Amino acid sequence: MSTTVQPTWLMLGASSAVARAFAREAAAHGAGILLAGRDMDDLERQAADLAIRHGVPAAPVPFDARDIDSHAAFVADCAARAGGPLNVFLAFGVMPDQSELDRDPSIAAAMVEANFTGAATVLAALAPVLEAQRQGVVVALGSVAGDRGRPRNYTYGATKAALLTYLQGYAARLSRSGVRVLCLKAGPVDTGMTWPLPKLPFMVSPRAFAAGAWRLAQGKGGASYLPRIWWPVMGIIRSLPTRIFNRLDL
Amino acid sequence: MPDTMTEQRAATAEAHRAAGWKPVSLQGWGRSSTAPCLAARPERMRELLAALDPPEGRSLLPHGGGRSYGDQALNTGGAALLTGRLDRILAFEAESGEIVTEPGVTFADLLEVFLPRGWLAPTSPGTAFATIGGAVANDVHGKNHHRVGSFGDHVLWLDLLLPDGRILRVSDDEDPALFRATIGGMGLTGIITAICFRMQPVPSNALRVRSRRIPDLNAFLAGFAEAAEASWSVGWIDALASGGALGRGILEIAEPSDSGLPAPKPKARSFPVEAPGWLLNRFSVRAFNALYWRRVPAAGREEFQHYGKFLYPLDTIHHWNRMYGRRGFHQFQCVLPFGPGETALRKLLETISAAGDASFLAVLKVMGRPGRGLLSFALPGYSLALDIPARPGVRGLFATLERIARDAGGRIYLAKDSLLSAEGFWEMYPEAQRFMEIRGSIDPEGRLSSDMAKRLALA
Ligand SMILES: Cc1cc2nc3c(=O)[nH]c(=O)nc-3n(C[C@H](O)[C@H](O)[C@H](O)COP(=O)(O)OP(=O)(O)OC[C@H]3O[C@@H](n4cnc5c(N)ncnc54)[C@H](O)[C@@H]3O)c2cc1C
Ligand SMILES: NC(=O)c1ccc[n+]([C@@H]2O[C@H](COP(=O)([O-])OP(=O)(O)OC[C@H]3O[C@@H](n4cnc5c(N)ncnc54)[C@H](OP(=O)(O)O)[C@@H]3O)[C@@H](O)[C@H]2O)c1
Repeated sequence: MSTTVQPTWLMLGASSAVARAFAREAAAHGAGILLAGRDMDDLERQAADLAIRHGVPAAPVPFDARDIDSHAAFVADCAARAGGPLNVFLAFGVMPDQSELDRDPSIAAAMVEANFTGAATVLAALAPVLEAQRQGVVVALGSVAGDRGRPRNYTYGATKAALLTYLQGYAARLSRSGVRVLCLKAGPVDTGMTWPLPKLPFMVSPRAFAAGAWRLAQGKGGASYLPRIWWPVMGIIRSLPTRIFNRLDL
Repeated sequence: MPDTMTEQRAATAEAHRAAGWKPVSLQGWGRSSTAPCLAARPERMRELLAALDPPEGRSLLPHGGGRSYGDQALNTGGAALLTGRLDRILAFEAESGEIVTEPGVTFADLLEVFLPRGWLAPTSPGTAFATIGGAVANDVHGKNHHRVGSFGDHVLWLDLLLPDGRILRVSDDEDPALFRATIGGMGLTGIITAICFRMQPVPSNALRVRSRRIPDLNAFLAGFAEAAEASWSVGWIDALASGGALGRGILEIAEPSDSGLPAPKPKARSFPVEAPGWLLNRFSVRAFNALYWRRVPAAGREEFQHYGKFLYPLDTIHHWNRMYGRRGFHQFQCVLPFGPGETALRKLLETISAAGDASFLAVLKVMGRPGRGLLSFALPGYSLALDIPARPGVRGLFATLERIARDAGGRIYLAKDSLLSAEGFWEMYPEAQRFMEIRGSIDPEGRLSSDMAKRLALA
């Protein structure tokens, strides 16, 4: 019988549909869950659901990605609550319409703050904790939108590209302490974020996505397309000559 | 000016999108009716509350697993609130079996989470993909109805979101009238946001199921009478058999087993494509029904079955409703009171078998006590349910079946219905007036509506 302490997954942006599905997946594998986010009513419901379905400890923690001054205390609090090794699932993010971002600079700035700045600062605060425990995994939600700026969503895409670049260096740093870092280059997932949009290609359910993410989280880290089909598709899209790319309605 | 019209349309679509509404086409499980509408799919309570005011003053209707057959969960030109993502289990007490769930939790969830711990839903419809919200809204029944009543009989309280944004906790003690209107209320009294009910303990994950061939209708009724004490019972009738074989079929009786089975591996198949309309004809179905009958040896059969297999035999083939082709099908289900119901049951079977309209098996069940909802379906008596492909002439056939059921003091099940007349409905459901009064008090502007509500003069 193995006596290893079960890790605790810290879900950042826990009320995201993707995070919710991943939390169920992790709990089904016996992990404890810390649900960090802003919608406390929902996080309490989720905590109850995880505890009942999977018999694991689960608790909500208030967290706002844009309140960067709070991140240090937030991380200390989470480390204390976990009482064992911490894994991180970073899911928060917003995707306003490109036209809105173009019209209203404050919306664009808020998005950059949430998707990139907030991610960078909370991960920076987490780094010493992860290094000290000398194990664990960080999974963060990138997007295929970060692979090449498309007219439909290039500002959002840029935040995901920035996050990927950040994670590359972060991964190299943490690898020295045996911590793995995985960036999921996600294709469309059937969540509230994509619900109002017209039909998107290769859409997967949050549950299927979470199962894939769980498998990849057991691997060695790096960046992975999920679902897999986006690897060849984005390969083609990235290699299109600019002249042609600019004429396509992507 | 076509240009401004296109622009206007684009602007409207954009506004809908921004508010989380998307144009969709919803269908009943029978696929015979299709309803274009706007739909929101809240992921959590906060989003549900934000979706109470659909654009353009459209009417609103909750929509769960979409397992009702006809136009009940449809709201053409209005708005639908899809509740499937509200699927958290909020509380469970292992001593009493009391559970609180959000409305989008399904019977499949309950089976997966609780059967290994020795708990089962108090009763359950024939598909695990129905939601608990939908189960309350139709006060559904299962193969144990004669023993335990309908789903609503096991409900302790409900949280109900009214169109004006208030959430009321309703029960036998608090707002009992609204409680009784909401059980079986088809989403027309508000959106159920939490359900507290009692699960039943079971000794293992399996049942001992005894099946035997029944030669005709009289033998069937006698068989049910003998099985009155059985925990679970259900009859499958070959609806095309006629003459001396009228009402022949298979009676299944089951008791909880003390020893369990290895948990089955989930393996779902899907009916791949829409079948061509001619696939089901009186010859192919007759052959199938005969085969089904002979599947059980003449001497009867006894076997152990996992609850999932016994309760949800059709769920292993996803989209089996495509089998009926593009036009879809209707289901007819009625309950007939004991006594006069027996003759009516015979008449129904004669009418169906004479129409020769391809139907697979009909399901015969004995029901116990009446339901507690104002529009609950259950009555003590016999329930008969069968599928009939949507073909020319089907309306006439349904009108005849409705007439037979009405004359015998029976009623048609609204969860399955798409063809009942308003007049027939008001006669079959004597508390409909009371229901309308309560509906008027919580929704004076009629903001909740459905295609069925309009058809049955409940709008
Ligand atoms: C294969 C099969 C077998 C079946 N067997 C049985 C059976 O044995 N016994 C039986 O009783 N029924 C049976 N049914 C019918 C089914 O159980 C009912 O139609 C049930 O209501 C479906 O639940 P749903 O979640 O799919 O609801 P939907 O079909 O989506 O909606 C049904 C009604 O519930 C309302 N509703 C849904 N959610 C809410 C909510 N949160 N608050 C308020 N109203 C809500 C809707 O507005 C609608 O009026 C069967 C159906 C199928 C497909
Ligand atoms: N869905 C897709 O197709 C898709 C594709 C590629 C990548 N992604 C990425 O995957 C992640 C999850 O997306 P999703 O589809 O699950 O979307 P979602 O359900 O909308 O979840 C996004 C979550 O981010 C949270 N959030 C936003 N701003 C925050 C802040 N300042 N502080 C804390 N939390 C904040 C939101 O919480 P609040 O309740 O507090 O607002 C919300 O729960 C996102 O990063 C998204 O960019 C999604």
